Amino acid sequence: MTLDLVAYGAFFLTMALTYAIICLGLNVQWGMTGLFNVGIAAFVAVGAYTSAILTTPETPDRFGGFDLPIAIGWLGAAVVSGALSWGVGALTIRLRADYLAIATFGVAVTVQLCMLNLQPLTGGAFGIGFIPRPFAQLQADALLFSLANCGLLMLVIAGLYLGLQHVAKSPWGRVLRAIREDETAAQALGKRPIRFRLQAFTLGGAIMGLAGAAQAHFIGFIAPDNYMPILTFQVWAMLIVGGSGNNRGAIAGAILVWGLWALTAAAVSAFVPPEDQAQAAALQIVAIGVGLCLMLLLRPRGLFGEVSPLARLRNTLPLSAKE
Amino acid sequence: MTAESFQPPAPPFNAAATSAIEARHLTKRFDGLTVVSDMSLTVGQGEMVGLIGPNGAGKTTMFNLLAGSLAPTAGEIWIAGREVSGDPPEKRIAHGVARTFQIPRPFAEMSVLENLLVGAQKQHGERLFANFLTPGLVRREEKTALDKAHTLLDFVTLSRLAHEPARVLSGGQRKLLELARVLMADPQVILLDEPAAGVNPALLEVIIERVVALNEQGKSILLIEHNMDMVSRLCSRVVAMALGRPLAEGSPADVAANPAVIEAYLGGVA
Repeated sequence: MTLDLVAYGAFFLTMALTYAIICLGLNVQWGMTGLFNVGIAAFVAVGAYTSAILTTPETPDRFGGFDLPIAIGWLGAAVVSGALSWGVGALTIRLRADYLAIATFGVAVTVQLCMLNLQPLTGGAFGIGFIPRPFAQLQADALLFSLANCGLLMLVIAGLYLGLQHVAKSPWGRVLRAIREDETAAQALGKRPIRFRLQAFTLGGAIMGLAGAAQAHFIGFIAPDNYMPILTFQVWAMLIVGGSGNNRGAIAGAILVWGLWALTAAAVSAFVPPEDQAQAAALQIVAIGVGLCLMLLLRPRGLFGEVSPLARLRNTLPLSAKE
Repeated sequence: MTAESFQPPAPPFNAAATSAIEARHLTKRFDGLTVVSDMSLTVGQGEMVGLIGPNGAGKTTMFNLLAGSLAPTAGEIWIAGREVSGDPPEKRIAHGVARTFQIPRPFAEMSVLENLLVGAQKQHGERLFANFLTPGLVRREEKTALDKAHTLLDFVTLSRLAHEPARVLSGGQRKLLELARVLMADPQVILLDEPAAGVNPALLEVIIERVVALNEQGKSILLIEHNMDMVSRLCSRVVAMALGRPLAEGSPADVAANPAVIEAYLGGVA
């Protein structure tokens, strides 16, 4: 029984951590740069499909199945999603926030339709199955298998976290913040806002692609249904709950919101009669919405707000009593 | 020079040297409205020139043209012998021309020190991958920039506030911050937009003193100012404009005594 719980815990955490990776990608775009990407699902999907095509065994009526190692699939996912982000960004990055949102949403819908209809490439509505899973040789032992996968994702997250922290503190991250604070002033100091925005958008998109690949290999099967706008909504909720602009917040928010999602799913299957469960599943979205509202009311900056000089100031001076 | 200088100004007194920054017959129209019309202006190497004129004369537009924030409708801009008329604002500083803003634009949520560090030029650390590929080089450059920033903060008397967020600064301190921030780029020409506006008298003395010190170090300065007293104290040469046109040019005393300038300031220019 305890072992089952541990196995479930590892499974749950692995799933949550794949979302945490997407969330870290979104944090580069929104938290650090202020780019309003509402097409997250597209970049995740492209990563998932890229890795699936690269690593699955050859399939007769579908392009590819190149049977490459998983690591190459993940790398390819990041590269292809990054390239897509760069292309989308090059066309749209000059748009103001709300228009960028509309444009990226359009991209998400387009990618979803492509997945459905480009059957020779994506397998159409049935998607792609038999995606190799990391540590497949351990599959006989469910506990060990879950723990190994969870450990792998923890390593990936740790690497990304350290890399992104380094980037946030670097002169590059400083210019991003300067551009977000006052674009005109940054420009007068010789910084080209479009260049930095495009780089941040590309980096964020590449990370989302990596997350898509990790998720695909963990589940072993992908289909267009996995990449609906609800995915974008969940990831946004995760970042806002965790605290945008903060990498630790992005990870914590992902685990928390995914926990809420899993909990409400369990509640629906436990308390709702089977014939109504399909409708009742909508309550999961309601729960996240309510959670989001509560967060915005009670802690508008999220669990961990951005570390600003002001926050540092509050920690060192007895100002906090007044506020 | 006297009242008849309604034509574009004559060549500057040190025309032998290449001018630090030069506007040739600049015109700027917004739809039907001509805000700057056939303005020429030269700042020589190491010179401090004042640009004066009543409200709405087109001084700030002229300034934005020189700084690249606006593209001229007609005319040319030359910096140290190179034409830069069509270049975007972010390229000016690489040509050695820096500007401050009439209403200062600090990066409010960043510390005063960080504000200065953004002013540093040609930093490898501002390339994403260099932070991973050549961390040693990035660290060395950052150290150099940090030392320079501390020196400049001393120069503008803001050292005490180095780790405060820029938004706690007063109006005058913000002007000093902007000055220090552009000095990080070692500009040859500094365009100062109303450095005295909204500054308390004590701090104003600091600003004036620092601007004079910079000029003595050989930096060319173009100063927009309403305040004729300040211009007289600082500048050897003054250009007056009204309604987007050049009105007079010469020593501060001559320009102040020019009937056309007096007329423009007291109103009645039709």
